[in-house]
Amino acid sequence: MTVAEQSAAVQPADVVTVTVDGIDVRVPKGTLVIRVAELMGIEIPRFCDHPLLDPVAACRMCLIEIEGNPKPQPACAITVTDGMVVRTQRTSEMADQAQEGVMEFLLLNHPLDCPICDKGGECPLQNQAMTAGRGTSRFEGHKRTFPKPINMSAQILLDRERCVSCARCTRFAEQIAGDPMLELLERGAEQQVGIGPDAPFDSYFSGNTIQICPVGALTSSLYRFRARPFDLVSTPTTCEHCASGCSLRTDVRRGVVNRRLAWDDPEVNEEWNCDKGRFAFQYLDRGRVETPLVRESGGLRVASWPEALDIAARGLAEARGRTAVLTGGRLTREDAYAYSKFARVTLGTDDIDFRTRVSSDEEARFLASQVAGMPMGPTYADLDRAPVVLLVGLEPEDESPIIFLRLRRAARKNSVPVVVMSPVRTRGTDKMRARWLPCRPGDEASGLAGLSQADPGLVAQLSTPGAVILVGERLAGVPGALSAAAALSASTGARLGWVPRRAGERGALDVGALAGLLPGGRPVDNPQARAEVAAAWRIPADAMPSAPGRSSAQVIDEVLSDVGRAARDEPRVYDALVISGLDVADDPRADDLRRALEGVPFLVSFATHHSEVTEQADVVFPVAVVSEKAGSFTDWEGRTKPFSAAVRGAQTITDARALAMLADVMDAPIGSGDVGSLRAEMDALGRWNGPRPSAPDDRPAASTEGTALATWRLLLDRGRLQEDEPHLAATARPVEAVMSESTATALGVAGRSTVMLASDRGSVELPLRIDDVADGTVWAPLYSEGCDLQALGLRHGSAVSVTGGAA
Amino acid sequence: MPELPSAVSGFGVTFKTMFKKVVTEQYPEQAVRFPPKPRYHGRHQLNRWPDGLEKCVGCELCAWACPADAILVEGANNTDEERFSPGERYGRVYQINYLRCIFCCLCIEACPTRALTMTNVYELADDNRADLIFEKKELLAPLLPGMVAPPHAMVPGMTEQDYYAGKVSGAVAREEAVVEAQEESA
Repeated sequence: MTVAEQSAAVQPADVVTVTVDGIDVRVPKGTLVIRVAELMGIEIPRFCDHPLLDPVAACRMCLIEIEGNPKPQPACAITVTDGMVVRTQRTSEMADQAQEGVMEFLLLNHPLDCPICDKGGECPLQNQAMTAGRGTSRFEGHKRTFPKPINMSAQILLDRERCVSCARCTRFAEQIAGDPMLELLERGAEQQVGIGPDAPFDSYFSGNTIQICPVGALTSSLYRFRARPFDLVSTPTTCEHCASGCSLRTDVRRGVVNRRLAWDDPEVNEEWNCDKGRFAFQYLDRGRVETPLVRESGGLRVASWPEALDIAARGLAEARGRTAVLTGGRLTREDAYAYSKFARVTLGTDDIDFRTRVSSDEEARFLASQVAGMPMGPTYADLDRAPVVLLVGLEPEDESPIIFLRLRRAARKNSVPVVVMSPVRTRGTDKMRARWLPCRPGDEASGLAGLSQADPGLVAQLSTPGAVILVGERLAGVPGALSAAAALSASTGARLGWVPRRAGERGALDVGALAGLLPGGRPVDNPQARAEVAAAWRIPADAMPSAPGRSSAQVIDEVLSDVGRAARDEPRVYDALVISGLDVADDPRADDLRRALEGVPFLVSFATHHSEVTEQADVVFPVAVVSEKAGSFTDWEGRTKPFSAAVRGAQTITDARALAMLADVMDAPIGSGDVGSLRAEMDALGRWNGPRPSAPDDRPAASTEGTALATWRLLLDRGRLQEDEPHLAATARPVEAVMSESTATALGVAGRSTVMLASDRGSVELPLRIDDVADGTVWAPLYSEGCDLQALGLRHGSAVSVTGGAA
Repeated sequence: MPELPSAVSGFGVTFKTMFKKVVTEQYPEQAVRFPPKPRYHGRHQLNRWPDGLEKCVGCELCAWACPADAILVEGANNTDEERFSPGERYGRVYQINYLRCIFCCLCIEACPTRALTMTNVYELADDNRADLIFEKKELLAPLLPGMVAPPHAMVPGMTEQDYYAGKVSGAVAREEAVVEAQEESA
């Protein structure tokens, strides 16, 4: 039960009085008996009951006595009525005996393999067998056994003999995730959880079933036999994978992250998370940069920190004012702030950009006017009760899975109408019970602008107070789309949420790691904004760069032009680049970026891992990964979620601390770079209250000629943070091209099993699936195994040539 | 009787001791080794099944029970190609730190498979710390006749339960032949 639900539910007219163990309490009508006891501090043993799942009364462990009822009743499935008299096992002999009997029954077939069971030590069955069970067994027969374990999916393993048939996993799969691939099969003693033939439990949320399993029946391939609960040091952390902002618990054994669990944050992820956040963490320890490296006679060699700092400081001092900073979208808020300050104070430049993905000038103006440094909102809670939620350019199941879970619940429980303007009617669309507004890729702008004619009913709904419009990252690549979304929000009053994909983007935006924006959303071309920031940073106001700098795309263009300029003996625009967490291969302009990294005279890399950037760098500084440092991420709502280091005593330092040391050597200090002082500085600066630039008003571009490509990144793809996760990768969605029947017929590929998608740079052959897709459109994943569309120069809205492959 | 000066009486003790039997033992050069009592808590041993497979399942209950935090265990999955114990799980890493161990025997009580027992070996002195952290190879019981060093498969036809039921009496000839062949090729 979430906090929001509780407060909304309590109304005086709906209050009833019940007596539990002789104590009178007044509780909201409709509350389950087990919740009432919980609120009073009376613990009734249970297995199947879970506050976020519908009651099922499958395990019968929570039997209690209700006056007037001859038999014990399940407390998890009975709601209180006025005057009800309840006696739990504490005061009722009948309830106590019933519970003891159920426990004995559950243990009949439960194996005594606790020593090798991953749940041993944190097992509700183990604990409750101690409190509610008999000391010794009376059972003399043979326990039922099954061959074990069997795979529910590549990641999820099932030990059937341990199962107590509580149906938590099957209910989760059906109710929460909407992937009803698990089901209880057979009857009686043979009852077991199972999957259909050739239909593995490949849900993006499958890992949650392991966490809610009250016994050790479900385990993961990743964690199986790796540790016992008492080995682990647990730290509450925030997920670094996407902008949903999940609270996690990170379990560390001897300096190595062994497991991550969803942690309870009722306002954000409730008790769930996605499999990427849960299972993708092997990257933390693999392929790390361990010492500073400097370039010498063509190769990189190990250097001491003072030497590397010295070389970097000299190179950057010579390039002062002719340096750009590309931070990538995965920094913590504190580190992004340090880059923002370092660029302006130490490097004397405003050329800083966190966007290493499809981006546009229109997007920068949209963010400056609508998002940067704005108060929190819309929030997850707003989605729960919205009169309508319109999603544009956003596939929440892939790009922000907790938004998907919230919208699914809102649609299921509160009948919130969800409308998806997208080229593809995905499985996620159906699971949110959403209405699909087909829209060719690239036509989102005209679709939004023409909504009042095309769908006046929806515009009327959007005009209801509380309506929400969510726009995704890929609208940056559709000219006019973000302008149209801002205009629609302004004309209807619907609240507008921008949902980036990477965890650090909203934080980086808020702290000014974007050209033209200072911390708190202050426009760099506003003298008062500059003066405020200069005062906080204790530098003269005229020392601040006053003109908006260049975006990442412009920086790459200029560096490429510099190669020509240098050949003509003209001065370069850029003499140095400072680059942080950036994956070259996962960039829409990977080839240009590669040539830019080769072409720039001086390259400083702050890197956690060896990469194409470190290969080209002149100086490489090793920095801490997310598990080794304290920091915070700001989720898409604007909610900042701080976390502390999960691996304690790691010998690595943060980007911010390394930048501070470098700034000291360059004699333009930015402070100490520790998390506390950075947070204090950001808090003192606060958000900008002055005038903001107006929202962009760009015109939509003409529709794509021929077949348009719709694409986005799947949740599980080739991202570097998912490296070395074979079990997780095996649960990814199939890589395929999807189009409608009529498009396939028009293109002459109907009946083919594969199609070739081609650009002027090459082609890729993909299996073809026919589904609901806007006409004239083909969908394929952007960056999956065997399908790297960015390398072909393709993006959402590009024209693509489609030809038939194998028959 | 007049008292002797205290200095002289003090030397009297020294003088008398000169004629007593010397109790100093030249250990370890001329050590006289007495067998300890049968239930003496000496060095640990990781036992084997009669066919040489390890009894340890890597459950870490010994480490959990240890009041001195002297034991480190890491479990791992047996595979059909590389099997160290019957069943699914075995102890990949097993270390006992004899600088910490207080020989209280709680680990022995905790062990669910009788994999860990104590021997009567009490000579556990050394001149460096590292050598007093005993690894699995030092703790494993010696191979008795009929045993074959793991990894190798379970005795054909036997299950994990049969091992615990005591139905396995030794490695079968085929197993030994397989291992010998491996050794020869190596």
